[in-house]
Amino acid sequence: MPDATEEFQRRQALKEEAKAEGSLHDIPLQREVAAAADVPGAQLPPGVDRELADAAGAGIVIASQRELAWRRFKKHKAAMVSGVVLIIIIIGSLAAPLLTSYTFSETDVTSPLQGPSMKHYFGTDTLGRDAFTRVLYGGRISLLVGFAVAIIATVIGATIGAIAGYYGGWLDNLLMRVTDLFLSVPFLVVLILGSLLLGPGVLDTVIILSLFFWMYDARIVRGIYLSMKEKEFVEAARASGASNRRIIFREMLPNAMGPIIVASTLAVAAAILTESVLSFLGYGIQPPTPTWGNLLDDARNLAVSAPWLILFPGIAILITVLCVNYIGDGLRDAFDPQGQGKSL
Amino acid sequence: MSSVVPAPTPTSRVGQTPLVRLEGIKKHFPITRGVIFQKQIGAVHAVDGVDLEIFPGETLGLVGETGCGKSTLARVVMRLHDATEGRMFFEGRDVTDLKGKELRTLRRDMQMVFQDPFASLNPRKTVGAIIGEQLVIQKAMSRDKIKGRVQELMELVGLNPEHYNRYPMAFSGGQRQRVGVARSLALQPKLIVCDEPVSALDVSIQAQILNLLEDLQKEFNLTYLFIAHDLAVVRHMSDRVGVMYLGKIVEMAEGDTLYETPKHPYTGALLSSVPVPDPNLAARKKRIVLEGDVPSPIDPPSGCRFHPRCPQTRAFAAREPGGGDGIHPRCREEDPPLKPQHPGQVAACHFPLDDHAVVAEDEDG
Amino acid sequence: MTAQAARDVGVTGAMLLELDSLNVRFPTEDGVVRAVGGVSLAVREGETLGVVGESGSGKSVTFLTVLGLVTKAQADISGTIDFRGQDLLQQPEDELRSIRGNDIAMIFQDPLTALNPVLRVGDQIAEVFLAHQKMSKAEAMAQSVELLDLVGIPKPKERSRQYPHEFSGGMRQRAMIAMALALKPALLIADEPTTALDVTVQAQILELIDRMKDEFGMSVVLITHDLGVVAEHCDSIAVMYAGKVIEYGDRDDIYYRSEHPYTWGLLNSIPRLGEGADRLEPIRGLPPSLINLPPGCSFHPRCPYRFEPCDKEIPALLPSDGHHASACHLPLEEKQRIFSERVVATG
Repeated sequence: MPDATEEFQRRQALKEEAKAEGSLHDIPLQREVAAAADVPGAQLPPGVDRELADAAGAGIVIASQRELAWRRFKKHKAAMVSGVVLIIIIIGSLAAPLLTSYTFSETDVTSPLQGPSMKHYFGTDTLGRDAFTRVLYGGRISLLVGFAVAIIATVIGATIGAIAGYYGGWLDNLLMRVTDLFLSVPFLVVLILGSLLLGPGVLDTVIILSLFFWMYDARIVRGIYLSMKEKEFVEAARASGASNRRIIFREMLPNAMGPIIVASTLAVAAAILTESVLSFLGYGIQPPTPTWGNLLDDARNLAVSAPWLILFPGIAILITVLCVNYIGDGLRDAFDPQGQGKSL
Repeated sequence: MSSVVPAPTPTSRVGQTPLVRLEGIKKHFPITRGVIFQKQIGAVHAVDGVDLEIFPGETLGLVGETGCGKSTLARVVMRLHDATEGRMFFEGRDVTDLKGKELRTLRRDMQMVFQDPFASLNPRKTVGAIIGEQLVIQKAMSRDKIKGRVQELMELVGLNPEHYNRYPMAFSGGQRQRVGVARSLALQPKLIVCDEPVSALDVSIQAQILNLLEDLQKEFNLTYLFIAHDLAVVRHMSDRVGVMYLGKIVEMAEGDTLYETPKHPYTGALLSSVPVPDPNLAARKKRIVLEGDVPSPIDPPSGCRFHPRCPQTRAFAAREPGGGDGIHPRCREEDPPLKPQHPGQVAACHFPLDDHAVVAEDEDG
Repeated sequence: MTAQAARDVGVTGAMLLELDSLNVRFPTEDGVVRAVGGVSLAVREGETLGVVGESGSGKSVTFLTVLGLVTKAQADISGTIDFRGQDLLQQPEDELRSIRGNDIAMIFQDPLTALNPVLRVGDQIAEVFLAHQKMSKAEAMAQSVELLDLVGIPKPKERSRQYPHEFSGGMRQRAMIAMALALKPALLIADEPTTALDVTVQAQILELIDRMKDEFGMSVVLITHDLGVVAEHCDSIAVMYAGKVIEYGDRDDIYYRSEHPYTWGLLNSIPRLGEGADRLEPIRGLPPSLINLPPGCSFHPRCPYRFEPCDKEIPALLPSDGHHASACHLPLEEKQRIFSERVVATG
């Protein structure tokens, strides 16, 4: 009982506080001024940010949130460079037939295991297949899997999280316990078993990975909805007679998009990595369809004799994952300049 | 059932059907514990037995401090919260349990203006979309007519209709509150619940919004339930004022009566705490300083809820044998009902204040 | 108003703090925000100065700068801040830190931002003693319990072992005042100390600040948007608008003889108890953007009495008698006439 009282009081206090402060403007000035708070134990009172922001903002800022986010994203150098690199990688994979004169399954027994040269940029494998071509084509599958898994998982996760957070109560309890369950199974084991059950195709891999990638989105989105449903604009929509569905998807979802986009970007990277692990272990997408993962698997025994075979797909994975993560970072900064982990 | 009796009907209103009538409204929020099997271990008694009537065209004010339940009551009236107990009538019809389509239709007749101009507007929508939202939801008119109506509303509340496509972020606090007012007017509701509509605004802007609300009331014959913690603002706006403490109305009176002759010691304390922007008047004011904070609404005090902080019960206890600990036994044991005081005034107190407890007799203006 | 002008208007008695032409400008993406535009003010020993203004008036930034919480690294600061004969703007950082801790203290609107949520309240106050004075941990704890008692926290010993979230809003503000008073500062800056509190608690806190001022012989700067709070608790009052002091005077000057249209507007905007339901007379329009200040008097676009020079010349803060100054082009007789005809003054 005392715990509950405490908790209640704390929450009340936080609410009061939030009310007293109001929510803050999204004006960069805030951050600069907030940085002033270098005194231990003391910070600039939020009122000051507001005061300055108000004064600065009265009638000038007409940019939408999206424009502001883009402006901030552009400032994140690593993210901008990563974006360009990732676009090059994507275009490279899609335009593979234009960039190489080989096909990914075309063997040439006369020139197996050749090192990188002008003829074969990334060398050839045991069957004399052009490694450059295989990395390009492998990228198609790896990127496809990465993006598809991220999108599907985000849709599932966001929906579950939104419903749990908005309705609360037993439904929330149930959905979150299911989420916990999914989070607590040793997922590599389940992935391997799943791939044995479903099969080694691209679609099968996407389905299996998606089943284990939605929980993070669900948790993030639930948290956002939980705090956002107390906001007065949500009450205003209810008071106007808006249906729950309209409130969840039309009113609240756009406000949760920032963190959702960040989370799903990071999911792309994680999915690419997981796919390559799975393929490397031989349970993912099977040859002859190349993916970065099974290229590594193929080259596993040749690490010493033909290191290029492991090097180039490895670098491709590394660069892609790095780029995606930097983009995620940049997006996070763009959507959430105060680094407070909330979108409002 | 609660022991509260309804506040007296204003003499000019006898025989009229109130627009809103609340009977014994309670709203308790359960406190639960447990991860998988949640069980209730207590409840926050946010509203604990309120009876009220709001008549067409009037402004009923409610004042009280943080946690007194005034905002919860506003949300019960708006049917944003379901009452735990009690009935609510709108134009004589019991609307306590309305659901679905019927509830949606009821929502055309009542709207709300919120406290926080920063949180009450969806930051991802243009103000045009925000103001017109109810028109879309209620399918009140065809889409192509909505824009015209929205611009009309913007003009009405003093916004530039050309700013239709701007986002709330581009507006100042006062302008946003105007957007909130315009939104509430979209379908010309009968009742508008104003929950602290000016407390987040600067003084000079406050006055603009209060005047706007007054003008709109005259123009559209609106009825207001006006909730605020600032007594001067509530007094300025309201025909009748109720004072809430820990989920109950402890005093309610017409016009100046409450301010001239408060009867409940809590009202007296509130009045005497209001800073007066007039040094000489401030110096003449009698002070009733309360001790301590508002108790927790999870476990409200027995008897009269105000007794642990009440200066009046101490004064009377001193004269009573057995009242040695400073609390009169009646106050501790018996929850006082609202009793008539001056005409048009009710107060829930065993030992009401004298007429001159707060305002000095000789007011030379 | 220059420091000289401050003396001209009869700011007699020893000066504790004098600001002279203080300017604080924040460079931002959208342009330079002129948060404080030439503020000159003085605080006497032992007085309470009320600084009244709305959002964006620069009242908080002015005193955050005094405290060194807005630094030259973030903003373009010019002018002087003279505290007991030293210019704070010229002091090295560690010197400033010592003045900040020992001689000038500040309390904020929201005590939660100043109290560390994971430390017990008593420990946090003891920490102040330990950081600035040589004493044992036990002594520091005893002192902090004593302080909590002084600021009216019941059962101070038990309370000192609790965390900030276990305190109500009013109690937290008391705890923060205790922490601010720990080193017996000469100047207490209270920035909207009661804005987040209910009226009955507000009354308690303001009375506490008054009592502490007498007990410690401090000067207090009370920053607020509430003309009511100022009326009851301040000796002198400065009204700020758009980064400038536009009127300065004692209590009666501001409430019964105000000489600036903005102050008139504020006085007419407040609903008052006992005034019935007369229509309020708000100031029209909105405060200006501090990036694009209007030319001339910053208030002229909202001023009903503006005339020829108002949009061209910036009015100086000029004294009208020994203790009252205002920055407005209107002739004095005209101001007196308008005030008596148009402005609420119950007196």
